[in-house]
Amino acid sequence: MPQLDPDVFLPQLVWLAITFVVLYVLMVRTALPRIAEVLEARQERITHDLDAAASLKAEADQALAEYEASIAEARANAQGMLAEAAEERARRASERQAALDERLDARLREAEARLAEVKTAALGHIEEVAADVARTATARLIGVEPDDEAVAAALAAAKGDA
Amino acid sequence: MAEKAFDPLLQFEVQTLVPIKLGGFDASFTNSSLFMVLAVASATVFLVGSMSRRALVPGRWQSMAELSYELVANMVRDNVGHEGRQYFPFIFTLFMFIMFANALGLLPFGLVGLHGFTVTSHIIVTFALALVVFIGVTIVGIVKHGFRFFTFFVPKGVPLAMMPLLVPIEVLSYLARPVTLSLRLFANMMAGHTMLAVFGTFVVLLGVAGIAPFLTIVLLMALEVMIAMLQAYVFTILTCLYLNDALHLH
Repeated sequence: MPQLDPDVFLPQLVWLAITFVVLYVLMVRTALPRIAEVLEARQERITHDLDAAASLKAEADQALAEYEASIAEARANAQGMLAEAAEERARRASERQAALDERLDARLREAEARLAEVKTAALGHIEEVAADVARTATARLIGVEPDDEAVAAALAAAKGDA
Repeated sequence: MAEKAFDPLLQFEVQTLVPIKLGGFDASFTNSSLFMVLAVASATVFLVGSMSRRALVPGRWQSMAELSYELVANMVRDNVGHEGRQYFPFIFTLFMFIMFANALGLLPFGLVGLHGFTVTSHIIVTFALALVVFIGVTIVGIVKHGFRFFTFFVPKGVPLAMMPLLVPIEVLSYLARPVTLSLRLFANMMAGHTMLAVFGTFVVLLGVAGIAPFLTIVLLMALEVMIAMLQAYVFTILTCLYLNDALHLH
């Protein structure tokens, strides 16, 4: 077996030591830090991305909550405005109704007053006509021109009878 | 020469490429050294090159580099715990070195007229690696626990009368660790490559009938690729377990 030839031991040991140490130095100086750096960067990136995703989710949740709150507020506002508008409408309607009632009342009263006036005036004329009729009738019937006092007394008596 | 061409052990021969003498010691650059350098170069190119874009979303090569990193990182974390972090670079280097040495040995260099070589098919290499792990782990244990480290050899909940028998067994099994660790890797590599060479010889010798061993060799190749990865993993995970023993005793 060539492996058991002692002459080849020493050169192999020497070169094994040299090459192994060289490889060790190369690994420690170059290869391992480079790989570790890349793996670390990747791990960091993943952690960072996860954090970012979590904070974005929190933001989205907050935005949703805000949106819902504003929706609720707007709805409450709308309800208030509706109620207010309805109230306003009712108030105006009753105001208009009151004004109309008042105007109608006034005109009614005015009409009644005029009616009473006209009635009084008419009644006044009737007395005068009745006095004239009574005077004329008396003059024709008995030929005596009655004085005003007798006529008035007669009329008052007739009015009392009537 | 024709005899030698079919020798399945020929592939394990170490050939000197550049003779180097350091104060009487032979430190020649051999085909073994060449494949060690290739393993280091390809592992570095694989890991550094694939990570050059540092993409947040990795491509295929970067995925593989990250996967190797995470495989070893998880292995250390699961088997050694938090204290194992400082030994992670060493364990990662060990894994990469063994895996690339194993995998490079499977590449068909013969197709382009070169000789492939599997660094880890040499017991001296695997034993040296196992010994480094063994000595290192023992030093870690003694530095951390001082004299208490030796209570590791005293099993708990065992009657005192049994101690004279059990303690030597514990010590022996501890000392056997570098041997089993290195033999496992070495034997797997050597057996696999010898088998491939034997079946390859059959393909050449049998002519048209060589289709049968050829199909076998295709399946064996798939198996060897798996073993190359698996043995690197086994060597590394056992290192983790030994380290865990040293750090946490029992």
